[in-house]
Amino acid sequence: MANETISDLTNKEYQYGFSSDIDADQAPKGLTEDTVRLISKKKEEPEWLLEWRLKAFRHWLTMKAPLWQNVTFPKIDFQDIIYYSAPKPKKVLASLDEVDPEVRAAFDKLGIPLEEQKILSGVAVDAVFDSVSVVTTFKKTLSEAGVIFCSFSEAVKEHPELVKKYLGSVVPAGDNYYAALNSAVFSDGSFCFIPKGVRCPMELSTYFRINAKNTGQFERTLIVAEEGAYVSYLEGCTAPMRDENQLHAAVVELVALDDAQIKYSTIQNWYPGDKEGKGGIYNFVTKRGKCQGKNSKISWTQVETGSAITWKYPSCILLGDGSVGEFYSVALTNHYQQADTGTKMIHVGKNTKSTIVSKGISAGHGQNTYRGLVKILKGATGARNYSQCDSLLMGEKCGAHTFPYMEVNNTSSQIEHEATTSKIGEDQLFYCRQRGLSPEDAVGLIVNGFCKAVFKELPIEFAVEAHKLLNINLEGSVG
Amino acid sequence: MLEIKNLHAKAGDKDILRGIDLKVGPGEVHAIMGPNGSGKSTLSYVLSGREGYTVTAGSAELGGKDLLSLPAEQRAREGVFLAFQYPVEIPGVTNKYFLKAAYNALRKHRGEKEATAGEFLKIIKEKAKLVQMDPAFLNRAVNEGFSGGEKKRNEILQLAVLEPKLALLDETDSGLDIDALKIVAAGINAMRDPKRSFIVVTHYQRLLDYIVPDFVHVLSAGRIVRSGGKELALQLEDEGYGVLGQEAAVR
Repeated sequence: MANETISDLTNKEYQYGFSSDIDADQAPKGLTEDTVRLISKKKEEPEWLLEWRLKAFRHWLTMKAPLWQNVTFPKIDFQDIIYYSAPKPKKVLASLDEVDPEVRAAFDKLGIPLEEQKILSGVAVDAVFDSVSVVTTFKKTLSEAGVIFCSFSEAVKEHPELVKKYLGSVVPAGDNYYAALNSAVFSDGSFCFIPKGVRCPMELSTYFRINAKNTGQFERTLIVAEEGAYVSYLEGCTAPMRDENQLHAAVVELVALDDAQIKYSTIQNWYPGDKEGKGGIYNFVTKRGKCQGKNSKISWTQVETGSAITWKYPSCILLGDGSVGEFYSVALTNHYQQADTGTKMIHVGKNTKSTIVSKGISAGHGQNTYRGLVKILKGATGARNYSQCDSLLMGEKCGAHTFPYMEVNNTSSQIEHEATTSKIGEDQLFYCRQRGLSPEDAVGLIVNGFCKAVFKELPIEFAVEAHKLLNINLEGSVG
Repeated sequence: MLEIKNLHAKAGDKDILRGIDLKVGPGEVHAIMGPNGSGKSTLSYVLSGREGYTVTAGSAELGGKDLLSLPAEQRAREGVFLAFQYPVEIPGVTNKYFLKAAYNALRKHRGEKEATAGEFLKIIKEKAKLVQMDPAFLNRAVNEGFSGGEKKRNEILQLAVLEPKLALLDETDSGLDIDALKIVAAGINAMRDPKRSFIVVTHYQRLLDYIVPDFVHVLSAGRIVRSGGKELALQLEDEGYGVLGQEAAVR
């Protein structure tokens, strides 16, 4: 089954403009210690990193794939995956006319400017809008501020001491099955370091928007904000993303020192499979932030509309006294999509605070699960948590599930949990239609209202797109 | 303007409307009264196109246009407005945003340019005065946490902004204290216009002291059993609906 679905996707390569040339520079299928050594060697990594990978790999071999999740998929054959292949350049298209019409329609509905559409879909860009020079300007601005922002591989070469210090400090190599796999074979990713007292001079979202790169299958992101530093980072984009890899197992680690703030936003719109539930990306990601310093703050905002399966819990370890963790999430499952997502807030320090706002929307045959843990350790005097988990159901065949866990070991803590499950009511729909709105517009309006508390946490330009994105992904779910 | 002929409708298996004939001319205000279960609300829903009702016979035309074949949103765009007895809450959507979407949907239908946020704000602020609504309400979620009176005032605000050809007011007086009733009625009266028709559905005569109708019809068991001028409402107030049962049976 897994093979079938993977091959389905690869068969679509040509259709979506991926190069189908056979690349000589790739490892044979399968995963052994040799594969790990090959990856490390190809990337010219130092010995310590190879050892780190090998340790992860050996640990992974002793682990079993977890089974507790509330999503179902055929068993993954890890020996059927190619773990190393030199970055393949996307086939350059001559004009937007060559782009999949469905993808183009989505671009138009999202209101993405033409020039950006070209960059996002790999069309050769004319001289008027030179993306290279834009990126260069960004880099210059960042380096003047002392911000390091580069690929993970580059960071290993240029800033080994920083990578060594923080890699695996939040998500240890053997943390869980997919994180261990990632640690052994991660291909590349991003590294971001904001030195003491620096406020990152731009939303790193802007950078990504222009420099939309082909993300790897096993991505690794590490963001460190030193004392008093601030950064807002956006991963992904609203544009529909196709990828020939079915399994995506990324790891994201965030470290915030004293008084530092990291705002991490995600918009995920990977290929969800077709309307019958065939194909689509498995997005199994480990995301965790450590509020190491006092009064530090880490805020996760995610809008998950894509992927066949979304399985992740962006979490915060609130170590520093007075530190703050936030999680704002919208997860949409339509057709046969499945999501099991939520967060973990681990209160260790005194007077730590966390907020969880989760909005799950299920339509079609979609299954949407919120799973969350609020853990107050013994020493976390005065800890506070507020959780709100709302589910919205559309139609008769979808499902919403909620698994909130709480472990409280300190009696001075305050925990609030609110949860609602509602259906888009016939009365709400009729009310909107009676005022002249089409059923599609009415659903869009109601759903976006439902998600408002999360959207307002997004960088402004993406909030508008996220709004449109939901409408597009809900098309055909009425009636 | 509105012409209903021999209208029969069911809710599920149950016959509710059993042959309604009604003509409402432009600028006229018609009150529909009747006991609980007589089909008053059903008439508003059938005219505005709510799902769950089946028209089994008859016709309803607005300005010569067949209403019954249109989906609810098309009827709204053709100028049918229903002021709900129980206005619906839409969390997270501001009143202003909701009304602008509706306003522009109607303009688009008429082939007119959609209003910008700035243009619309002017319009809505002006209209809010009609129902003495604090502009702060425009930024609150549609009907969420509104009191009964505020919800009804909000309906009339929508009426004022959307300027329909036919306004159906479904038990607009229910749940209103006398002060709120006066404000709502004043708002409605301000909207009276030679080109606009009203159907005011009410259980009590009280509302008609403030919105004086041109005609009063009494609905019983799905039929109009009596029609008359505004004095009919007063008569009903004295005699009650009890006598109607007999009348309907006689017919």
